[in-house]
Amino acid sequence: MTIEEDAARIAAQGESAPRLARDPVNPAMINNWLEALGDENPRYVAEGVAPPAMAQVWTMGGLNWQRTADDPLGAIITVLDEAGYTSIVATNSEQNYRRLLHHSEHVASTTKLEGIVGPKRTALGEGYFVTTTTTWYVGDEVVADMLFRVLKFKPKPTQSGVLRPVVSKDTEFFWEGMKAGELRIQRWGDELRHPPGPMPPDGDLDAKPDWVVASGRGTVYSYVVHHRPAVPGKKLPFVIALVELAEGVRMLGEVLDVASVHIGQPVEVAFVKVDDELTLPAWRVIA
Amino acid sequence: MNLSGATAIAGIGATEFSKDSGRSELRLAAEAVRAALADAGLSASDVDGLVSFTMDANAEIAVARELGIPELTFFSRVHYGGGAAAATIQQAAMAVATGVADVVVAYRAFNERSGMRFGQVSSAAAGQVNSSGVDNSFHYPMGLGTPASTVAMVAQRYLHEYGATSEDFGRVAVIDRQHAATNPAAWFYGKPITLEEHQASRWITEPLHLLDCCQETDGAVALVVTSLERARDLPNPPAVVTAAAQGSGPDQYIMTSYYRDDLAALPEMGVVGRQLWTQSGLRPADVDVAVLYDHFTPYVLMQLEELGFCGRGEAPGFIAGDTLTLEGALPLNPHGGQLGEAYVHGMNGIAEAVRQVRGTAVNQVRDVSHVLVTAGTGVPTSALLLTAP
Repeated sequence: MTIEEDAARIAAQGESAPRLARDPVNPAMINNWLEALGDENPRYVAEGVAPPAMAQVWTMGGLNWQRTADDPLGAIITVLDEAGYTSIVATNSEQNYRRLLHHSEHVASTTKLEGIVGPKRTALGEGYFVTTTTTWYVGDEVVADMLFRVLKFKPKPTQSGVLRPVVSKDTEFFWEGMKAGELRIQRWGDELRHPPGPMPPDGDLDAKPDWVVASGRGTVYSYVVHHRPAVPGKKLPFVIALVELAEGVRMLGEVLDVASVHIGQPVEVAFVKVDDELTLPAWRVIA
Repeated sequence: MNLSGATAIAGIGATEFSKDSGRSELRLAAEAVRAALADAGLSASDVDGLVSFTMDANAEIAVARELGIPELTFFSRVHYGGGAAAATIQQAAMAVATGVADVVVAYRAFNERSGMRFGQVSSAAAGQVNSSGVDNSFHYPMGLGTPASTVAMVAQRYLHEYGATSEDFGRVAVIDRQHAATNPAAWFYGKPITLEEHQASRWITEPLHLLDCCQETDGAVALVVTSLERARDLPNPPAVVTAAAQGSGPDQYIMTSYYRDDLAALPEMGVVGRQLWTQSGLRPADVDVAVLYDHFTPYVLMQLEELGFCGRGEAPGFIAGDTLTLEGALPLNPHGGQLGEAYVHGMNGIAEAVRQVRGTAVNQVRDVSHVLVTAGTGVPTSALLLTAP
């Protein structure tokens, strides 16, 4: 079933069953609201009515609320999550108030999926706009309604993933080695070189480089603990070390699963697979 | 032909230094160049050369159009970020000394705080399809992608090799902020800091605290270079370009020269320093004021070592006490530096060097003959010696 077919099925179910507010309209909640928002309009206290913008407050689910089985927004979110549109951001909320609510009136609400539009390319990533309407009732009388729209999107890989290397003819072997689980160091005759380059130490244009597969063991030559700002694909804080490999060259990588290290700390290579095209070198402390 | 003493900086100009200029970078550039020309007593029609940084977003021809500069016979850009600062003056001086141009203006303008912030990870730097992008591929994907973290890697090794401490870095920040506190043009005017505040400031990238890192700024600075002969006839005392040098070192990278034998060093500044002393015939002891590029405090210490003010690893001892104060043996960044005044990629430091030579600085050092001013470090860099006429 496609996303569109699922959406049509959920929309065809119409309004969810009415969900009764936990409490009737009451002065305690109204007073808290007025205080929190700094609303000093005397009318609400004098006339015993609730501010219209509180409509949604009465039917909020509380801290431990679970969506009901027939909640259409929950159903379409599940469909889109499973299709990879895992992130959400609210984009529109338009409310209409039909009349004022008085103390002791007991409100119930229903929600209906109006439809989805997409996939759309947005600054946040590709996604679907999901529009629902919520209607508030007292008995059979409609007292307020709301159009609510969210964007369910796939976060752009450039925002959530690591920065990707620029690979040249001179460095391709290194990244191919990463994918194969080998830490490769460029070799010109007897000389090792990292980072690699196109020219041999002796300038012989007929020379061709090959590589050695490093033991993967080395010691920390210097390191940093990065706290700020955010770095794509990394969880803060994290440690990066410049490691002197047993073969004699230095190489940079994240040190996994530690809060810090020290200069001279023995480490060994780890291969962090980002996806099928990219594996990054990293280090683990040797206990 | 000798570059030393052939040319002078005859005019300086700047916009205000802010966090949100509210105008385009081109407008900032034009305002700064216009102010510099006014300071020099020259007009747009006198200008025949413009120089900037490759990182500057304002083409020479756009600046020329906005100001009504009719013809250019010389235009040039210098690469490597803030390392270009003093080199723009070297380019201008070489053009004037060789007769290619008569009046060359060097400028740098950006909305670096309200626009693209250099302190953040630059995916553009990581993804550039050229040799530098290939270089960065051994650093950025691994998570080392901010200027602070690239410096922190070297700073950590410096601490290890020489037994220096974070407080030694902090003393640079305290001096800069002390000087900025009495400079009304400085962002941190009236806001000195203590060493305790430096130590308590949050980590950016260990071993660098927040107060080891310079601020981010919207603003522009421009500097007018002409022959010393012509400068003598202009309203302000010339700041004579006694020496101007660029340098890159062995196995050089942009901010990540991590594969040299000696990591805790800035050999590119050593290359610059040796040229300065040779060109000018001066020695470190002849320097009356040092305007050292201070994007990050550890590199100020290492510059002092590379330039010959003290031996390798000796900077923490050298700066102890009142050495760097306005009355000290080597007054540092009297305007407050980039940590205190503004981050305009080192160009505001050159303007301060000119004011010190003229004797018109707000925090004027007494009896100034020679001022040293350096450009960004960790990258191929540059520096000047400016002298009173």
